[in-house]
Amino acid sequence: MIEIKNIYKSFGEKDVLKDVSAKFYKGTCNFVIGASGSGKSVLMKTMVGLEQVDKGEITYDSRDFVAMSYNDKKTIRQEIGMLFQGTALFDSLTVEDNVAFPLRMFTKMTPAEVIERVNFCLKRVNLENVNKLFPSSLSGGMKKRVGIARAIALNPKYLFCDEPNSGLDPITSRLIDALIQEITEEYDITTIINTHDMKSLFDMGSNIVFIYKGEKWWEGEKEGIRSSGNTELLTFMKASEF
Amino acid sequence: MKFFEFIGQYVLFLVSLFSRPERFRVFVKQTFLEMSSIGVGSFGIVSLISLFTGAVSTVHIGYQLVSGLVPDYLIGRIVRDSNILEFSPTITSLVLAGKVGSSIASEIGTMKVSEQIDALEIMGVNSRNYLVLPKIVAGVFTIPILVVYAMGLSLIGGAISGEMSGIISIDFFVRGLRSDFIPFSVWFAMIKATTFAFIITSVSSFHGYKTEGGALEVGQSSTKAVVYSCMGIIFCDYLISTLLLGV
Repeated sequence: MIEIKNIYKSFGEKDVLKDVSAKFYKGTCNFVIGASGSGKSVLMKTMVGLEQVDKGEITYDSRDFVAMSYNDKKTIRQEIGMLFQGTALFDSLTVEDNVAFPLRMFTKMTPAEVIERVNFCLKRVNLENVNKLFPSSLSGGMKKRVGIARAIALNPKYLFCDEPNSGLDPITSRLIDALIQEITEEYDITTIINTHDMKSLFDMGSNIVFIYKGEKWWEGEKEGIRSSGNTELLTFMKASEF
Repeated sequence: MKFFEFIGQYVLFLVSLFSRPERFRVFVKQTFLEMSSIGVGSFGIVSLISLFTGAVSTVHIGYQLVSGLVPDYLIGRIVRDSNILEFSPTITSLVLAGKVGSSIASEIGTMKVSEQIDALEIMGVNSRNYLVLPKIVAGVFTIPILVVYAMGLSLIGGAISGEMSGIISIDFFVRGLRSDFIPFSVWFAMIKATTFAFIITSVSSFHGYKTEGGALEVGQSSTKAVVYSCMGIIFCDYLISTLLLGV
């Protein structure tokens, strides 16, 4: 479980996150939703350590991430998989080398074991015979799947997905959603998804955090959204395509 | 004030580079790849530039020393000293600042704006150490080799142009090359080349790393990398010459 307590973050004069607290549970898809500019991407970046919090606590299974040294944070980071909005695959490496990258950096696997693990991960995301291709020759959906394969290569305990469906057609979006959900349940991962896609949320979401103007406006189960009485949340939901 | 801020950021950037690589084997592999990219990739342009620099310097010196009082072989000697001490290390480095520097800045800048560097950091990789240190090490080893190669080729170019234009025969040119040779000149050039290599690779990486935004900003970073590298080279050229050759 990941828990954040009273997180504050500002850039110059602009307060981006104000007193945000939430819990993200193991084995489920936890959603962070909110309009563009609401602070949800900054929240995700602070949680993985790409941005320093001004104040507050972030704990990964009771381990205080904020108070850790750079080297101690590395241990937690190796337990994190992240799927980026733009996939962030390494352009100069083949699909195989992209997925193998964390394995070569952080494990003592032999080259044969690395390739075996890479093939397993690629098969798990329904990709085969793409090992020697470069990211530039893949479609958007395939890139996302390679991104997921790379994220799960080290058997992560925590999976962060930033807008996993952005730029994808509805059918591919559902496939990616299904894949994330399967992997979360299969490996008992704490998955956190940043999204605008309400269809994804209603299909696979369990715990939902709604961020509005840098503050946590609502938190609960998806079944409770309609009866929440929260005007901003209901407006956000109605404005979406779903 | 901005200048001091820039220097401060640059120094902090350099400090963050020097940590133990995650995997030494990966570091060595990356360094050799960079050496190939910087060295082999720049071989053609360095050959062309140095051959013509030597040729032009012979023509210029020959033109200015038209006097019966000055022995012809001095042309060879002046071409040797000017090319070894100044032209080969400085002009080669300025050309490499354009070629290698812009390439490094745009590569790292693109990785920055497309979140590839964030991906490395999230995996627990020190992205500066992984991406930048191999480039600096490769540059510091490869660029001096290119400079030595440029020195040799510029002298060959000088000899050929002297012979072809009738300014000086190859025999006299070689006599000039051999007269009063001071081996420290080559060491001096190596000190300059190593310093310039460090400036090119580190300043370009720094500008690449500072990139934020999109394609436009990547282009701007690339331009800044070349401009600041050239300024650094010229400034250090003066500084090193004053310190080591100043009388």
